[in-house]
Amino acid sequence: MTLVHEPTAEAATNPRPIETVVELSNVSKRHGSARSGVVALDGVSLTVQRGEFVCLVGASGCGKTTLLSLIAGLDQPTSGELRVAGRTALMFQESALLPWRTAVQNVELALKLGGVPRRQRRSEALEFLRLVHLSDFADKSPHELSGGMRQRVALARALAQRADILLMDEPFGALDAITRDVLHDELERVVHERKLTVLFVTHNVREASRLGDRIVLLSSHPGRVVAGFDVPVPRPRRIESPEVSAIAATVTERLREEVRRHAR
Amino acid sequence: MHAEQIIDDELAGLDRLDTADEQRSSFAFRVWSALWPKMAAIGLVLAIWQFVVWREWKKIYVLPSPAMVWERLVDDIGTVELWKAVAATMRRAVLGFVISVVIGGTVGLAVTASRRVRVAIGSLITGLQTMPSIAWFPLAILLFGLTETAISFVVVLGAAPSIANGVIGGIDSVPPLLRRVGRSMGARSVALYRDFVVPAAMPSVVSGLKQGWAFAWRSLMAGELLVVIPGTQTIGTRLQFARELSDAEGVIASMAIILVIGILVDSLVFSRLERHVLRRRGLGADRA
Repeated sequence: MTLVHEPTAEAATNPRPIETVVELSNVSKRHGSARSGVVALDGVSLTVQRGEFVCLVGASGCGKTTLLSLIAGLDQPTSGELRVAGRTALMFQESALLPWRTAVQNVELALKLGGVPRRQRRSEALEFLRLVHLSDFADKSPHELSGGMRQRVALARALAQRADILLMDEPFGALDAITRDVLHDELERVVHERKLTVLFVTHNVREASRLGDRIVLLSSHPGRVVAGFDVPVPRPRRIESPEVSAIAATVTERLREEVRRHAR
Repeated sequence: MHAEQIIDDELAGLDRLDTADEQRSSFAFRVWSALWPKMAAIGLVLAIWQFVVWREWKKIYVLPSPAMVWERLVDDIGTVELWKAVAATMRRAVLGFVISVVIGGTVGLAVTASRRVRVAIGSLITGLQTMPSIAWFPLAILLFGLTETAISFVVVLGAAPSIANGVIGGIDSVPPLLRRVGRSMGARSVALYRDFVVPAAMPSVVSGLKQGWAFAWRSLMAGELLVVIPGTQTIGTRLQFARELSDAEGVIASMAIILVIGILVDSLVFSRLERHVLRRRGLGADRA
């Protein structure tokens, strides 16, 4: 088992079938009424291919959360077209585990809602927990787990939803640096093993450069796509490597330009 | 080392560091530290009572000493009549409480489910809760006469609003994130309520039940003093008869029984349920 993904450069010489799983064309979303409402997203177009890891980066108010809600089907766009081919699962900044259920019961609930018969749930749920290396903590309550462990349970729960598209809303934002670094490795491995497509929202440009095949920069108020960056750094990556830092520097410069625009 | 192995070790290391075992004190120590403050408080009350008796503020047959009441209690506990009376009262209490749970729970759910129902009766429920239930008895007696129904009617009016308010408060304060999680996991209507909203509301629902029990018990005692059904012995009638016979020991002994039952039901049922619900969520101090 190797961690090396096909680098983007190789993809050109060794083409794999390209299949669009998420496609937004000219999507706008207005919260509230047509007069007094707030425009959260304004004419956003975005396509994501199967197996791609796309990071969405932007300052506050760029409509990242709205965008994920639309793709998850929790909300409808005000205008524009949206197409999603596959099952999605959302992950949040807080793990959003149910505090009255143990780790394994939280995963079991996803299976229950997916129609898995009661007898099979526990063993299947334990299998998903094993994938995120939490078998030993299956019967712990969320409050007995650390923030990083809770996010791994949430990842197991997302996998239990049989999702092939993971929508992650700043999932590691509240974690300490070393836990985050290790979880980056862990997420990369799980995504590679299960051939998942990921849309990962973050305001941390280094994190985006560490994880993404591609970074999409969003502007704020209203949210628009302002730039896209490829991240042609081979995996496995290190967040402190010069290649990752170089990409992060470029994206940061562009993001700061965007932030300065709001000063006037 | 293999990359895979490195991640495994790092994860295991972090997990170990993050979940240090906490020390738990011994069982005997916990029982003792839960018990002595209660004993001290009871001792203090008895001491003040005894002091007042010694000062001869009232005649001894009007205000008997703790020892006299204790003797009377021990005698009473040995009689079949007392236990029959307790059984009759408890049967009423449980019946009234169960009806209150059904009605209060249904009304609470209806208020959270529909904006119109909320506007119509939301503030009425709080109003009912502040209304002293004894004020309902004249009407209840006119409507139903001196019957069990009159008592149940008032018990339910006393308890159901608290239970409904517990349900409403609990569901209103469910974090929106939890509903979002539920919907993103594909739960709709019934499943959303069953697996996400109602369990999340449990801490408030349980404190509503607890408060509902207290109101039911109070209303029932008021009812048993006012609505005396001939031939039925209850704790309330014992209290009433003792007063009519100027039997102060009997009055205080009956009151002690009412107090003890109230405390026992609360600590064995409701406080225990509350602790269980909170502890599962990692909330609440470990109090006994």
